[in-house]
Amino acid sequence: MSKNTVSNRFRTVDVDEYDENKFVDEEDGGENQLPDIVHVASLTPLCTGNLMEALQAVLKNPPINTKNQNVKDCAEGLVLKVLSAFKSSDVDKGVQSLDKNGVDLLMKYIYKGFETPSDNSSAVLLQWHEKALSAGGLGCIVRVLTARKTV
Amino acid sequence: MAYHSFLLEPISCHSWNKDRTQIALCPNNHDVHIYKKDGTKWTKIHELKEHNGQVTGIDWAPESNRIVTCGTDRNAYVWSLKGEVWKPTLVILRINRAARCVSWSPKENKFAVGSGSRLISICYFEQENDWWVCKHIKKPIRSTVLSLDWHPNNVLLAAGSCDFKCRVFSAYIKEVEEKPGPTVWGSKMPFGEVLFESGPSGVSGGAGEGAGGGWVHGVCFSHSGNRLAWTSHDSTVAIAEGGKTSTISSLSSETLPLLCVSFITENSLVAAGHDCYPVLFVYDGTKGSVTFGGKLDVPKQTSQRGISARERFQNLDRRATSSETTEQGLESLHKNSISQISVLEGGKSKCSTFCTTGMDGGMVTWDVKVHTHTLHTHTV
Repeated sequence: MSKNTVSNRFRTVDVDEYDENKFVDEEDGGENQLPDIVHVASLTPLCTGNLMEALQAVLKNPPINTKNQNVKDCAEGLVLKVLSAFKSSDVDKGVQSLDKNGVDLLMKYIYKGFETPSDNSSAVLLQWHEKALSAGGLGCIVRVLTARKTV
Repeated sequence: MAYHSFLLEPISCHSWNKDRTQIALCPNNHDVHIYKKDGTKWTKIHELKEHNGQVTGIDWAPESNRIVTCGTDRNAYVWSLKGEVWKPTLVILRINRAARCVSWSPKENKFAVGSGSRLISICYFEQENDWWVCKHIKKPIRSTVLSLDWHPNNVLLAAGSCDFKCRVFSAYIKEVEEKPGPTVWGSKMPFGEVLFESGPSGVSGGAGEGAGGGWVHGVCFSHSGNRLAWTSHDSTVAIAEGGKTSTISSLSSETLPLLCVSFITENSLVAAGHDCYPVLFVYDGTKGSVTFGGKLDVPKQTSQRGISARERFQNLDRRATSSETTEQGLESLHKNSISQISVLEGGKSKCSTFCTTGMDGGMVTWDVKVHTHTLHTHTV
């Protein structure tokens, strides 16, 4: 019959934080990705209609190491814009133009995009997902699931 | 290729004796069963009952004919054959979590046990006390040790762990052996020294960053001990050459994660995992690249018979495709993940036969015929 039956604030203590054996990821010194440069680099080919270039540009320098959520959201929005600009028949060509690491990165962005569905995004992403899956196989998806640093 | 179904439950682990006539395996419970081969039939000849928890690792020492087993009851037992009976000797590992894997050293004077207590126990026999004693390797392991493999010099030990790294440790015990000579992995080898560690940035050999990798499921030294291969849960297989510090070549595969790996020649390795068939990888030392060599489980081509309209619609109903294959299940021999590979004939330099066991309770022996640069498989 212990005394404190009124306050239950102690229930909010996260005991795992105090476990000395807790696994902490190694910290890599992440440079602050500057989304502006990428923004400009990918919008110009986007405006001129050169979608392949836009895809390559937007997949360069992904904000993996940074902890800044804004940068990540910005990059995600850009990628979604480029992906939506592709015509359905060109999606296949777009995937073929990427190398192995590019396909892995594309798959990461696709799953990130699935997390926050907007009006038309899911349909577009599903098309890209099908093509990326045939290029990268199941291993590609496994790498998205096991990655410690997300895009 | 011969498939034999031992049980309906997963085979947790297995080990062969020296002349490959007997196999010791754990049928997913607290015991170890030893089966003897009679032509094509297998008969159970021994049941080793001592563990209080599932047996997670078995290793049969070929020369001294002793079996070491470890289990989730945090114990290990060394079994010796006295007459017709296997007698156990308890080994106190001083761990507070389950033991996960065990391996005799090449000279069989010590063995290593990997555990969930984030450490490796190196056990050796102390003559004066007539007792197995163990020493711990703790730093810098930060999670469960999943797999172990000894270097041929009896001192170096490779360990794959759930903290996403593969490391080479020195397990030099001065009470049982001489100081080892220098190897490509290093020359100073005090006990517990880390001679190699794969970093997250080192796993990927190309422009990508590797992004942390996954749990390291299987590790294997090559026959000479100069190369180390490991498979990881992010569907990659990587090979490191001792000496050159940062040349780690890795291949991101398109398959599901591989759970076990073994070298079959100095340049090629075979690995298997959740895709239920073994695959071959070829390593090119000059280019530092790992390439996919092919699936080793080529299913028999079933005759293509015409499919009636009714079947087509039925398939559409059931499986959303009107494809012609009538295979309802997997086409591979194993019907569930393969958890362990062991080399049967030829050693790790010129392997001609290897065996796989898996979660489907079956065991398959595979033949490998090596032709200069290409590998073919032949059905037995």
